[in-house]
Amino acid sequence: MIEVHTFSQAAEAARTPGHILGGGTLLMRQVNYAPQTIEKLIRVTDPELQEIRADSTGIRIGAGVTMASIINHPDLSVLAPVARAIGAPALRNMATVGGNLFAPHPYGDLAVALLALDAFVIWSDGREEDMETFFQGRERTRGMVTHVVVPRVQSGQLRFRKVSRTRPKGISVMSIAVYLPGGSLSGRGARIAFGAMGPTPLRAKAAEAALENGAMDASGVAAACSVCGHGLAPQDDALASAWYRNEVAPVHLRRCLEGET
Amino acid sequence: MAKRPISFTLNGTETGIFVNEGQNLLEALRREAGDLSPKFGCGQGTCGACTILIDGAPHLGCLTLAEAAQGRSIETTSGLADGPDLHPLQRAFMEGFAAQCGFCTSGMLMAAKALLVTNPHPTRDEVIEAISGNLCRCTGYEPIVDAILDAAIRLQGRVA
Ligand SMILES: Cc1cc2nc3c(=O)[nH]c(=O)nc-3n(C[C@H](O)[C@H](O)[C@H](O)COP(=O)(O)OP(=O)(O)OC[C@H]3O[C@@H](n4cnc5c(N)ncnc54)[C@H](O)[C@@H]3O)c2cc1C
Ligand code: FES
Ligand code: FES
Repeated sequence: MIEVHTFSQAAEAARTPGHILGGGTLLMRQVNYAPQTIEKLIRVTDPELQEIRADSTGIRIGAGVTMASIINHPDLSVLAPVARAIGAPALRNMATVGGNLFAPHPYGDLAVALLALDAFVIWSDGREEDMETFFQGRERTRGMVTHVVVPRVQSGQLRFRKVSRTRPKGISVMSIAVYLPGGSLSGRGARIAFGAMGPTPLRAKAAEAALENGAMDASGVAAACSVCGHGLAPQDDALASAWYRNEVAPVHLRRCLEGET
Repeated sequence: MAKRPISFTLNGTETGIFVNEGQNLLEALRREAGDLSPKFGCGQGTCGACTILIDGAPHLGCLTLAEAAQGRSIETTSGLADGPDLHPLQRAFMEGFAAQCGFCTSGMLMAAKALLVTNPHPTRDEVIEAISGNLCRCTGYEPIVDAILDAAIRLQGRVA
């Protein structure tokens, strides 16, 4: 028997054990098909979760902000193409940033971009956590995320590529986000993140290092792509096998680095 | 199981119903409010047959917690026709053979309505994008896309 508890304040909601409801696009599936696995749904109406606000650290995005709101917000134009690649219009009116952070493989396309951008999450008790630490502990963590803070970046600094079987809509065979501080391959300090290539979004550190130390030309890109699978842990699913994912990852990373969408 | 009262506007009419905790809005609309126009296809967000408008924007009824509809404005296909006069979208679908078995039609119509309200002159690609979350196993989509473009012309100068 499911109980629904509604809270007007995030901090109070986080103290109640149960499943925190974002847009429900994953959780309500579970409610519909496996209600016996859910005892409590925690609904939070705190307006704080809906805010999008720029401050000195970057842009604070409430966990309840939807993909549609990201697409429509002038300060988030860098993330708009990523949000647009998620599901279809009705889904984007529902799917939240908070839910995307917790979405299991192969979901979490926005989270991949947030990892490449070196965003950080804020928990309801005020704790801040960088994305990598967040993902490392995700399966164990209990609690509520209230915000994600994204550093200010210019368009051109983020490249995103989603590989799927059907377009538009279609779930990721993999997604790739690359942050290029210089806006082009000629700069240093690139960060590369892969989605659907492991249990959580993962950084491709070997490829980053190859890019950092390599020649800033096609040979450097080729070197980075050839090692991009190191440290990733793809799995088989209905969309693609782990073998296939490993084989095509270098091709898609090259296309992403070269700015193909 | 405790029932909870909720109220909302359904196609312009104040509506009050009792819902079960955890019940989805699609089921609540069909069982409690008696509006059978949104369809249950999959219950997992994949087919779009349950597409309804909440405050004008398309949502999946099957994945919306019914309680979250409190105080909102909901539109379904039942509210499209004006008495005996079909909505231009319905007319275009009918005349363009855009409905075969009809199971997807209600969701298609609502997704299309949401598009035409915000974008009265969509391109073919924009129509395809707007219905990309709605599966049709009968028509092959082309007649549906044509019908939505046709409805946009029929609506010329009017709000969808
Ligand atoms: C048809 C369909 C297509 C999809 N396509 C894509 C796609 O292309 N790309 C993609 O990335 N995803 C996709 N998804 C998955 C999903 O819609 C998204 O990942 C979405 O962002 C999840 O957010 P939500 O608000 O709906 O999450 P919910 O279902 O509400 O929650 C998901 C999980 O996150 C937890 N949670 C939510 N908010 C918080 C919070 N603030 N703090 C702590 N825990 C929280 C919940 O407890 C739950 O465990 C798809 C889903 C469907 C049904
Ligand atoms: S019934 Fe809701 S999407 Fe299929
Ligand atoms: S008309 Fe049969 S599913 Fe579309």
